[in-house]
Amino acid sequence: MAEASVVVPQNPVEQFLRMDRIPHIWCPGCGIGTSVNSFAHALIDAKIDTKHLAIVSGIGCSGRVAGYTKFDSFHTTHGRAIPFATGLKLANPKLNVVVYSGDGDLFAIGGNHLIHAARRNVDLKVICINNLIYAMTGGQTAPTTPGLVTTSTNPYGTYDPSFNLPYLVEAAGAVYVARWTAFHVKQLARAMQEMFAKKGFSFIEVLSPCPTLYQRRNKMGDGLDTMKFYKQASKVRNGAPTSEVALTKSGEIVVGKFVDRERSDYGVLMHDTLADALGEDYVETEACSCQ
Amino acid sequence: MHADPAGVLTGSHFLDGDHACCEGALAAGARFSSGYPITPSTEVVERFAQRVPTVGGVFIQMEDELAASIALQGAVWGGAKAFTVTSGPGFSLMMEHIGYAAMTETPCVFVDVQRGGPSTGLPTLPAQADMMQVRWGSHGDYAVIALCPNSPQECFDLTITAFNMAEKYRCPVFVMLDEVVGHMTEKVVIPPADQIEVEPRRYTKLPPEAFAPYEPDEDLVPDMPRVGEGYNVHVTGLTHDERGYPDMRPAVQDRLVKRLLDKINKNADKIILYEEDQVEGADVVVVSYGITSRVAQRAIDMARDKGVKVGKFRLITAWPFPEKQIAAIAEKVKGLVVPELNLGQMVREVERAVAGKAVVRLVPHAGGSVHKPEDILNAILEVTRG
Repeated sequence: MAEASVVVPQNPVEQFLRMDRIPHIWCPGCGIGTSVNSFAHALIDAKIDTKHLAIVSGIGCSGRVAGYTKFDSFHTTHGRAIPFATGLKLANPKLNVVVYSGDGDLFAIGGNHLIHAARRNVDLKVICINNLIYAMTGGQTAPTTPGLVTTSTNPYGTYDPSFNLPYLVEAAGAVYVARWTAFHVKQLARAMQEMFAKKGFSFIEVLSPCPTLYQRRNKMGDGLDTMKFYKQASKVRNGAPTSEVALTKSGEIVVGKFVDRERSDYGVLMHDTLADALGEDYVETEACSCQ
Repeated sequence: MHADPAGVLTGSHFLDGDHACCEGALAAGARFSSGYPITPSTEVVERFAQRVPTVGGVFIQMEDELAASIALQGAVWGGAKAFTVTSGPGFSLMMEHIGYAAMTETPCVFVDVQRGGPSTGLPTLPAQADMMQVRWGSHGDYAVIALCPNSPQECFDLTITAFNMAEKYRCPVFVMLDEVVGHMTEKVVIPPADQIEVEPRRYTKLPPEAFAPYEPDEDLVPDMPRVGEGYNVHVTGLTHDERGYPDMRPAVQDRLVKRLLDKINKNADKIILYEEDQVEGADVVVVSYGITSRVAQRAIDMARDKGVKVGKFRLITAWPFPEKQIAAIAEKVKGLVVPELNLGQMVREVERAVAGKAVVRLVPHAGGSVHKPEDILNAILEVTRG
């Protein structure tokens, strides 16, 4: 009998991963890897030139995305992915700069940087994995943790009011704001594609399970149970006022695209103002290159 | 290579130290600065904001010093020569990213126009009290280069040197002004661009498949990749191997962190700059730096008028510290006098290098003004009398 040969095609996502760094550190049931899968499909479908794609992450579980993706990738300090990305983008505008990080990183220690980058409308694509907790450090309360859940630092229940991320980011000036969950892999990939087409500060919140530290501690089951919860509790409301999309422990999860608007980005504002003020004395640069 | 003429304001100027520092940065090729206002350093970036759009580059005012000190590193990896400027309180906030620059070997320049501290301290008055912070302020083991100009001319010259050393050794380099040097106005001569040497970035010539971003050259410094060219470089503040990948093994930590120190320490003879005068045959040598060296010069002149054999040793490089030179002086003199605008910082390094072979006399000053020359003179006379 002739030997059967089976051709296993390469997973199309692999080309974007540092396979020599796999296996990754993410727990079974975590949604970060799922979001990276959607991201990879968005790159394929939107035909993104990955040579000019740079990923910037902060610190935390989601901050490890930069370490697994095979692009020019920068794993920065806690909370500072956005100002690093701002310098990278302004010095080298040819780069397509994506910030991929977590809720604690972007909204607690990095919250000030995030609102100012949104205000300036720096051309950054920000993907925020929101697992409602500080996961890397063991499940402490984050600015996104809903009320009345248990965390390692609120063992008797949380009482800090939490941020509604889309509302905050819209108010700060983002031109694109959407929320999906790790269950909505297709919608998420499409939102990422849309984000790549935008110029300016764009933001996608990706609600993700943390079975190890959030769901387990709150007796909410495992990763699969959380997927079922996302499926059952999510309601697509494109264009919903962001003031109405706050998350609670077990209530409705409003998902969809909330904001899609045009506003001159920082590079255009800078260029137009300087060109107008300086006339012939203005020296336009495509990049601040030191070669 | 020579400086890009676009950034060089060739001629004879009447400039303060802050403005001269800005011109030095432009001459060195800096085309990006991220700043946050703080007295007495703000004039550096105010001038940069005015000048850089006519040269081709970016100034961005960030939301705080944390952001300023990391935005510039993004710009460096994007291909720019970049710097930021601050004073004590802002310098404290920047410590996080000084460590990041050291760990990721990001060539960049920080200018610290020192004022009195601790905390908000003396916003408009001088001190030299960040001299240990600049060496040790961020956590972990690393090495830096710190330069101490004592005039607006040196603010120009040494800012260029700082950028060149940053590129050569891929570490954060510091230009340690003080409020007086920053705000004093003197003649500054800016030479033609073809007389200014500028260190190019050490970009790798290897193709992406053959390149390991943290594989050092013979001088212990690795070459850099260009982003956007398919190198898929990974940069992390985590302990990393030669590929740039996180690796938590003690052997990897040992190899990496030792190299971060060795690349400065083993190249110290090429890095260290100092000025000396009549050290040979002296009974006493005054060791000083920055504005204090100019007050010390007055005290030295007064002592020489009294017939005292007094030499001068001026630290231009505070870090790495010229310990061999100080140790050699200690063999031949009765003592060393160390005036500084703090209550005893660099004097500790002097004591360490002298190792008990001569008297070391600190002339402390908590800041807010410069020393009285008489105080330094009295110390010289006391050490001479033994």
